[in-house]
Amino acid sequence: MTFNAAALLLLIAGLALIGWIAGRQRSNLLAGRAGTKLHSRPQYHGWYVALWLFAPAALFLAVWSSVSPGLITNEVLTDEAAQSLPSFGFERGAILSDARSVALGKQDAVRLPAAAPLVQPYADAAHKYAWIGIAAMLALALAGGLYAFTRIKPDFRARTRVERIVMAVLLLASLVAILTTFGIVLSLLFESIRFFQLVSPLELLFGTNWAPQSGAPVDDTFGGIPLFWGTVLIGAIIAMIVAIPIGMMTAVYLTQYAAPVVRRWVKPILEILAGVPTVVYGYFAALTVAPALREFAVMLGIPNASTESALAAGIVMGVMIIPFVSSMADDSINAVPQAMRDGSLALGATPNETIRQVLIPAALPGVMGGILLAVSRAIGETMIVVMAAGLSANLTSNPFASVTTVTAQIVKLLTGDQEFDSAKTLAAFALGLVLFVVTLLLNIAALRIVKKYREAYE
Amino acid sequence: MTQDDLTIADPKMKAEGVNVFYGEKQAINNVSIDVGTDLVTAFIGPSGCGKSTFLRSLNRMNDTVASAKVTGRIELDGEDIYAPSMDVVQLRARVGMVFQKPNPFPKSIYDNVGYGPRIHGLAPTKADLDVIVERALVRAGLWDEVKDRLLESGTALSGGQQQRLCIARAIAVDPEVILMDEPCSALDPIATAKIEELIHELRGKFAIVIVTHNMQQAARVSQRTAFFHLGTLVEYGKTTDIFTNPKQERTKDYITGRYG
Repeated sequence: MTFNAAALLLLIAGLALIGWIAGRQRSNLLAGRAGTKLHSRPQYHGWYVALWLFAPAALFLAVWSSVSPGLITNEVLTDEAAQSLPSFGFERGAILSDARSVALGKQDAVRLPAAAPLVQPYADAAHKYAWIGIAAMLALALAGGLYAFTRIKPDFRARTRVERIVMAVLLLASLVAILTTFGIVLSLLFESIRFFQLVSPLELLFGTNWAPQSGAPVDDTFGGIPLFWGTVLIGAIIAMIVAIPIGMMTAVYLTQYAAPVVRRWVKPILEILAGVPTVVYGYFAALTVAPALREFAVMLGIPNASTESALAAGIVMGVMIIPFVSSMADDSINAVPQAMRDGSLALGATPNETIRQVLIPAALPGVMGGILLAVSRAIGETMIVVMAAGLSANLTSNPFASVTTVTAQIVKLLTGDQEFDSAKTLAAFALGLVLFVVTLLLNIAALRIVKKYREAYE
Repeated sequence: MTQDDLTIADPKMKAEGVNVFYGEKQAINNVSIDVGTDLVTAFIGPSGCGKSTFLRSLNRMNDTVASAKVTGRIELDGEDIYAPSMDVVQLRARVGMVFQKPNPFPKSIYDNVGYGPRIHGLAPTKADLDVIVERALVRAGLWDEVKDRLLESGTALSGGQQQRLCIARAIAVDPEVILMDEPCSALDPIATAKIEELIHELRGKFAIVIVTHNMQQAARVSQRTAFFHLGTLVEYGKTTDIFTNPKQERTKDYITGRYG
């Protein structure tokens, strides 16, 4: 007898179904009596019983599944046969896990001789805890079901209760994403703190030499400025020089000039463009744009022209961001009231003057918000820069030279054989934290701007 | 329709057999009307009777609605405004419009008024523009209230002030006709009284056409009144005649509050 959580879940779901039928039946019976009027419709009584039957038992099941292996191991360790185990380390763990596999029938025979005497105690303990778990779960399910069942009365407000439970479930679901974000931040934070114990935060933020070595941290090798500069050059300067004008012009065309047919076709195509995996853009940047740019630079006689360049990565990233900017600008321009446009046209302004002098200024806060969001996306973008920008940490303003970005370095630091607690690996988390904080601030600023602007017109 | 007692010798605008369609639907059916130079003309009628639609065809604002189509002839000083040779930008500079809801641009008061003169090149220098803006604001009765805060946003003014700002904006380009589409419907009674006073003062300087729901308003501000119903012009005459002695049964029913 082993503890099979999936089968047990099915079992209590079945019980809940029976509870639902029983609850409904009972309230139907009550309703059948002369002179009684139910507060809630019979289904709600059914749901009430089913939820009381299912929820506590399922919750217990979840907790028990995660707790019982530990309890079983503890039990085994008190056995006489376990006293001869090595006291700590991989060996002890390996023996225990070997014994567990045999006891649970996942493998036929022990691989480690030391595990053999532990198999029987393991099987016994597993058996015992499985029964305890199942018994407790069934008891909970039945207790919950009975409790709910006995509360069914004509004036019992089952509907209100059920709706409250449903609301709680929905709340729980919405908390998942938030709590996960929280967890991510915390894990990033703890690893970063470990890094900052080895290397000063000031060095990471303001140092200008980036040459991380394996092993003990060497002074003045974790300076982040070249990475931050590369990130800003590619994501916030070159990409935006490409994306903002083209995105804005696209939005103006689509909102003001395009025939409905054109708009109906072009908008979805742009949205598809936004869904192209970034690795595809990366190929395009590395294989097509970067070599072409290098030839162009050589032709112009620009020194340091490399096949990996900030310009190639930035241009392709800009193209990738165009749909993003154009769709935000589109929304903002459309949000400017028609009355504003009419007011300008009625004064004898041409459509062009109306767009330049009334619509775009009025839409500007929203557009700015969109641009900030686009920047935050661009600086967090990884694949294009890994493939096209290069990995050499140059502090240069020559767009034809190879630069590197925060994201590209994170990839470099974390790939390959590394000790997971060396300063070099931990630096990746610290860089991730910096990136996270910056994009978070950008997003907050953008959303505030957009919100303020929405309020102005509603 | 009888029109014997109101021949206008030299009409500013003249509409003949005008029909307006929105797609398949006909919104205006065979309307002919003259708009006098020194007169305030009021269009009255129940909601959806087509009075605003007709007003918007007088400066071709219906052009912005893709499905709208206008047939018949509308003249401004004898010139067909729907002729291919007519430049709609020029037309709208000559026939200005004030909308139902105040729609100042999100710019300063000064720039709101200066917008039209700037795009039409009426003010070669900043000093010229200052003069134009001040004159327009004075004529719109707003100067004393805003002269110390010309650089504040136009949207920060009260509703009534915003509407007078829109009127100032329209007269700043020195139009010949001003169309007003229910200019007071979003305003309180005091702001409404100010706008009506303003219309009195502007009469004679511009030909004014005003669409209104409010029959008392039409009676107070206009010299000519046109009653529209279901897309047709039921009766057009001197305002005093329309309100004291309507010739058509439908007009009488409407002004006595039988429907509408």
